[in-house]
Amino acid sequence: MGCPLGVPKYPAGPVIHFELSQALGKVSDVPDPDALIRASGLTKRFGQFTAVDGIDFELRRGEAFGFLGPNGAGKSSTMRMIGCVSPPTGGELTILGLNPVTQGAAIRARLGVVPQEDTLDVELTVRENLLVYGRYFGLSRQVIAERTARLLEFVQLSERANDHVEPLSGGMKRRLTIARSLINEPEILILDEPTTGLDPQARHVVWDRLFRLKQQGVTLILTTHYMDEAEQLCDRLVVMDGGKIAAEGSPRELIDTYSSREVLELRFSTFEHDQAAEKLTAVPADRIEVLADRVLLYVDDGDAAMAGVRGLALEPLTSLVRRSTLEDVFLRLTGRRLEDG
Amino acid sequence: MSEQPISRQTLPEQTLPARAMSGRALRQLPLRILPAPLLLARRGSLGGRGSAHLIERHARAYRHTWLVLASGFVEPLFYLLSIGVGLGELVGRVKFGGQPVGFTSFVAPALLATSAMNGAIFDSTFNIFFRLKYAKLYDAVLATPMKAGDVALGEISWALIRGGLYACAFMVVMLAMGLVHSAWAVLAIPVALLIGFAFAGAGMAATTFIRSWQDFEYVTLTTLPMFLFSTTFYPLSVYPRPIQLVVDCTPLYQGIALLRGLSLGVVGPGLLWHVLYLAVMGTAGLAVASRRIRKLLLR
Repeated sequence: MGCPLGVPKYPAGPVIHFELSQALGKVSDVPDPDALIRASGLTKRFGQFTAVDGIDFELRRGEAFGFLGPNGAGKSSTMRMIGCVSPPTGGELTILGLNPVTQGAAIRARLGVVPQEDTLDVELTVRENLLVYGRYFGLSRQVIAERTARLLEFVQLSERANDHVEPLSGGMKRRLTIARSLINEPEILILDEPTTGLDPQARHVVWDRLFRLKQQGVTLILTTHYMDEAEQLCDRLVVMDGGKIAAEGSPRELIDTYSSREVLELRFSTFEHDQAAEKLTAVPADRIEVLADRVLLYVDDGDAAMAGVRGLALEPLTSLVRRSTLEDVFLRLTGRRLEDG
Repeated sequence: MSEQPISRQTLPEQTLPARAMSGRALRQLPLRILPAPLLLARRGSLGGRGSAHLIERHARAYRHTWLVLASGFVEPLFYLLSIGVGLGELVGRVKFGGQPVGFTSFVAPALLATSAMNGAIFDSTFNIFFRLKYAKLYDAVLATPMKAGDVALGEISWALIRGGLYACAFMVVMLAMGLVHSAWAVLAIPVALLIGFAFAGAGMAATTFIRSWQDFEYVTLTTLPMFLFSTTFYPLSVYPRPIQLVVDCTPLYQGIALLRGLSLGVVGPGLLWHVLYLAVMGTAGLAVASRRIRKLLLR
């Protein structure tokens, strides 16, 4: 088998890079016949408030697809629509070839959902959580028992099988939620902010498990406001802001398209900050971003730029040359930082 | 209930609206323990066999806290001993249906009706509110193929199963104490279930409108006067006519009149009105509850 969770391996679908193919003058919006999820003009309104404002995307079999954006960008609303627990207000949404409004139960039978907030059953033990949840899918007790053993092993909770849920740590609860979401061997695993609220160590354990799932060919769709999470897990992602999709591509493509190779980060003392920022315009850079506490210079060669800064007789308190990240992409696209929300 | 897994092939068919279903499919509705009026209602909104999985969940959860289950039986028993037996010594006999009956025999069926009400109300208000707002149980349930109607039907069925157990235990005590005077009393258990259904439906519907724990005062404010004044401890004839009419309209009165008639052997076609009243109340509650759950959780 080589596939401990019994999830079949799927070949990755054909990859169409929207930005690049458009630049080359190709037709890029041909619907992918293998798409597991297809959304066009997808909209969600709550009264006057528009949470999701006409977004288009496709999810292909076997890929890990991410929604990166700050809190309130419309990520969770999108996930809830995909999870068939929130009817779209407008646009089109097809999941596994079915209509989420009229065929919601049939779709949900084939999805795994890891919600943002833990919804584990605290009146039950770890093992019973998987049993009862599997029963909601109409699975037989025998099938569930057999899968439970494998899944608890996979999320490293076998020793806690008979414990109650409440005393588990945050990371353990998250892992149990992930195990629970896999009980029906879903074709798509939906994760809404899978590591929000976890300490760094617990996050890495969760990432490791998700990465293994990805390698086994499970199709993942996840939201996050952590750029490192998006970079580590996502083959392809959309940057979402204010209910709209600002950009789409692989993490590499997005960085290449929207940011420079390197970034020079400078920190000045508070009273020098504004003055220094003004002077820095003399340094040749693709772009200069002046934040409240730092100045970012987007350049090809960070060290060369640093030499230029010294040439201006500016002495920053700290300086750092680093590679561009998705954080920089987000800053460029929205003018705000991810954690600002 | 059925052990069959929900296969991917059968699911889309299940989601079809009732009008597209054949008569045979309609008769197969898994509503065996619920009254006939339910069969008239639309299937999708009132839940299906998924409800069995929720019942299974509750049975499993209560294994860890079985003492809570036991307490529901002890309470009406204490009332029976204290008021029925203790006070009965002082009161002597009460006139019912033209003949005098012992006070304990008079009160016992009313306590059975009250305990059916209280059990159903407790389950369908406090417990459901907790699961809805704090435990997020239904959020988890609705991420699976289960539907809002399954949740509503499952919760009400669970309240009925629990209430049925209490009713059976209470009937055994009544029999042992010689408080049952008619063979009609075999219908007391289904009637207790019907009372439970009516109050569970109404309670659950009301719970979906409850905003905070303070609002539960309204629940107590409704059930306590009903318990005290719906002819639990004395016949309707003690009231002046206008108050009789008011009491005649309360849901608990329907239950008490039914159970008392059956237990004491005073049976007539008039009892069917009480049955209809309770059946309509429960069905309406169930319909409102599943609609509200959908509105609250499937936004």
